Amino acid sequence: MARNFFTLMRSSAPAATDVPGATRSERATPPPPNMNDDAPVGVHLDPSLDAVRHEITEPVDMALQLRNVSAFYGTFQAIDRMTMPIPQNRVTALIGPSGCGKSTLLRCCNRMNDLIPGARMDGEIEFEGRNLLDPNIDAVEVRRRIGMVFQKPNPFPKSIYENVAFGARINGYSGDMDRLVEDALRRAALWDEVKDELDKSGLALSGGQQQRLCIARAIAVEPEIILMDEPASALDPVATLKIEDLMRELAEHYTIVVVTHNMQQAGRVSDYTAFLLAGEERVGRLVEFGPTQEIFTNPLDQRTEDYITGRYG
Amino acid sequence: MAAQAPDGPQQDTVRSLLAELWRDRLQPSRPGSGRETPTGRIMHGALFLTATLSAFVTIGIVLVLIFETVEFFREVPFIDFFGSTKWSALFAEKQFGVWALVWGTGMIALIGLAVAIPLGLMAAIFLSEYSPPRLRAIVKPILEILAGVPTVVFGYFALVSVSPVIRDIFGEDVGIYNALSAGIVVGLMIVPIIASLSEDAMRAVPRSLREGAYALGSTRMEVSLRVVLPAAFSGVVASIILAASRAVGETMAVTIAGGGNPQFGVNPLEAVQTMTAMIVQLSLGDTPTTSIEFKVLFAVAMTLFVLTLAMNIVAQWVSRRFREEYE
Repeated sequence: MARNFFTLMRSSAPAATDVPGATRSERATPPPPNMNDDAPVGVHLDPSLDAVRHEITEPVDMALQLRNVSAFYGTFQAIDRMTMPIPQNRVTALIGPSGCGKSTLLRCCNRMNDLIPGARMDGEIEFEGRNLLDPNIDAVEVRRRIGMVFQKPNPFPKSIYENVAFGARINGYSGDMDRLVEDALRRAALWDEVKDELDKSGLALSGGQQQRLCIARAIAVEPEIILMDEPASALDPVATLKIEDLMRELAEHYTIVVVTHNMQQAGRVSDYTAFLLAGEERVGRLVEFGPTQEIFTNPLDQRTEDYITGRYG
Repeated sequence: MAAQAPDGPQQDTVRSLLAELWRDRLQPSRPGSGRETPTGRIMHGALFLTATLSAFVTIGIVLVLIFETVEFFREVPFIDFFGSTKWSALFAEKQFGVWALVWGTGMIALIGLAVAIPLGLMAAIFLSEYSPPRLRAIVKPILEILAGVPTVVFGYFALVSVSPVIRDIFGEDVGIYNALSAGIVVGLMIVPIIASLSEDAMRAVPRSLREGAYALGSTRMEVSLRVVLPAAFSGVVASIILAASRAVGETMAVTIAGGGNPQFGVNPLEAVQTMTAMIVQLSLGDTPTTSIEFKVLFAVAMTLFVLTLAMNIVAQWVSRRFREEYE
């Protein structure tokens, strides 16, 4: 299908034969590429970078545009030059086996990886015409615009009200706080369950309620994008369904990127799906990206098909 | 049957030997629940004694305190002790208003806390939230060594370093012995307690809470002050109360720098006397063991003991009552 320009360019780029003293075996298992900032992109001819990108046929704006995003933890490369769009007001699922870099990619999108000592990112994530990964961009500002919900619910040890109001308070919000809290809780489908006990500790709620509280907390700062890192993996099936319904509803106002291990979940909630896979050397790469329906019914890469049909572990 | 007969006795011997061996192996080795060798019994007893010794010593001290305090109150009415702010135990006209001493202790402890809480908390926040791990690995042990400096050194530090500065600021009519100087060094002394224990409490706050706050666009300062510090509240308060109880019980530095002037005034630039310093003064003299000055020593010690005990109990209660369970 439509390969993007970068991929085509890389395919035709010369292999790294011009490295002096490089033997054949060294080239067969190249060191993680892009370790040097000044190393030219694309000198390593790597077939796994030829990700399949299905055409996006519907008219939709892109909330984010990822170009050659790589991430490193110390000397370990977690993801390698991923290029894909994140369509606006859609749910995009990142799927793939454990250790393929789904969460890392997600954490690149709001610069959460900045908080990990030794973590480093490369490439470009375009957001409203600016590159999020640019060191001159304030990561705090990025995170105010791009919210995040984590795998394990992590409400603050404060009241339900204060949990939701937290983001607004640190942003210096001066409007009607009660209304803001109610709005956010309503949109997170939690209002009816907690409206009489807003003073109760957020930790007193059930796991599913806690996770919806965390979603309310995230949307109370009015982000444009919400990143969700396996938001339902710690929840029971009923709570999981509620979160999934919520994701569909939220997609009307927000762009959602969700990491999930659960293929059915990806199929149920997402409009677009990216399949990531790590090879032998555990570096995550994008294999296939496209509308969820196409990825699930007509995958073009054999590895995607194997994963979708459950032939991977 | 016939073929086995000759082996019979031999087999029996082997079997009984094996049984002997196995019985030893299978015997529970927990003390008190089976056979014990004489050395084992002696060790068991010795360990029990050492474990209970400190408990017995504590009980003994409390009993002596109670006994002597009761003796004291036989001679001096309760109201003279707790109902007055005048203390002059060593004068001919004896007055035993313990509030003068409690006040001196309280004033120095409050000055100490006013110094130690900001310094200790800022150090804890820095070490827990800002410092690179390598720097923390160096700074924290050094901070804890500060707690090991002999308190008499702090006393002289107050006289030769702190008091001159106070006199430079407030004028020459301020005495070299004053509550402010003693309070400041007591504060420095308890900074490590607050810093170290608060840092432990703050580091125990789960990483996921910090991430949650960062993901909402919090700065590091907002995460530290609005999420980590409140979440570690119980540990922080407990550390402050423990530090306060240490300040109340502190003896040497306040004896040297406080000035030995039991009084009930609000001016921190004047000399004061704490309960501990008074006890030092009374026990250093040639006080006869039958005299009232000797007995009041125990009454003051009892007051001090009850005060610090209460603070430690409150610290434990606070840390249990306000502990947040995250799982």
